[in-house]
Amino acid sequence: MSFSDWISQPVNWVFLGLALAVLAAGFRVVTSQNVVHAALFLVATLAGVAGLFVLLSAEFVAWVLVLVYIGAVVVLFLFGIMITRAPTGQDVGLDNRRARPVAAVVSLGLFGVLSWTSVRAFQDTAVAGVGERTPTDILGEALLGRFVFPFEVVGFVLLAALIGGITLARRDLTPKEEEERGAV
Amino acid sequence: MILPQFLILAAALFSLGVYGLLVRRNAVMVLLAVELMLAAVNINLVAFEAALRTSQAVGQVFAIFVITVAAAEVGIGLAIVLMIFRNRQSANVDEFDLMKW
Repeated sequence: MSFSDWISQPVNWVFLGLALAVLAAGFRVVTSQNVVHAALFLVATLAGVAGLFVLLSAEFVAWVLVLVYIGAVVVLFLFGIMITRAPTGQDVGLDNRRARPVAAVVSLGLFGVLSWTSVRAFQDTAVAGVGERTPTDILGEALLGRFVFPFEVVGFVLLAALIGGITLARRDLTPKEEEERGAV
Repeated sequence: MILPQFLILAAALFSLGVYGLLVRRNAVMVLLAVELMLAAVNINLVAFEAALRTSQAVGQVFAIFVITVAAAEVGIGLAIVLMIFRNRQSANVDEFDLMKW
C-alpha cells in the first residue's frame, strides 16, 4: 500500500493525530526535568492510547485503561513523588547524563529492529475499522469462561500486592512503642 | 488501517520507555518509563486482536490482564521505593548499592 493510498483514508488522519500526540507526550515523560510534569504527561500519553483502543474497536479496554491508569495509577505516582522528594520543581539531577548517548543508541536500535521486522512480517494486514465493535458481553464470557482460572489468579495477585504494599509501607514500631501497645 | 502502523507506534513508545529506563536516576521516574513500555505492549495486543478477530476477543482479555498486573506492580514498586527512601533519604537508583559487593 502506498503512502498516498494510506493517507487518503480519513481514519488514518485520526490515527496520525493520536499517534503524534502519544509520541510527543511519551517523549516528554522520559525527558521532562520536572517530576510532576512527567507524571502528568503520562496522563496525556495514556489518554491517547485509550483513543487508539477506541479506534481499534476495543471500547471496554479503553475505559478500563482510563479508570485504572489515569484514575488510580497516576494518582499513586503523584503520591509517590510527593512522598519521596519535597522539592517538586526543576531538578537537574533527575537524569544520569553520562547514560544518555548509550540509552539513545539502544532505544533507537531497538526501534529500528522492531519496526523493520513488523513491517516485513505484516506488510498490508488489515485491521478492523471504526464502526465494527467488540460487544462487552463477549469479554465478560471469556473472562468468566475460558479464562476464569487466570482471572482468579490475577485477583489473588492483586490481593497479595495490596497486603504486601501495606506491609512494606507501614512504619515498624520501635521496641518502646511496642511495649506501650502491649501494656494497653 | 493496516497492522504495521500500530506496531511501529508501539515500537516507538516501547523504545521511549527503554530510553527512560536507562537514563532516569529517580526510582519513581523509572517506574513511569516502565508504564510507557506496558502501554506499548497493550497497543500490540489490542491491534493484533483487531486484525485476527478471535471469537472470544483473546487479545483484549490479555490487555486487561496486563493492566491489572501493572497496577499491582506499581503498588508494590512504590511501596519498595518508599521503604528505601525512608531508610536512605534518597530515591536515586544509582545510590541503591546495598546489595552490590
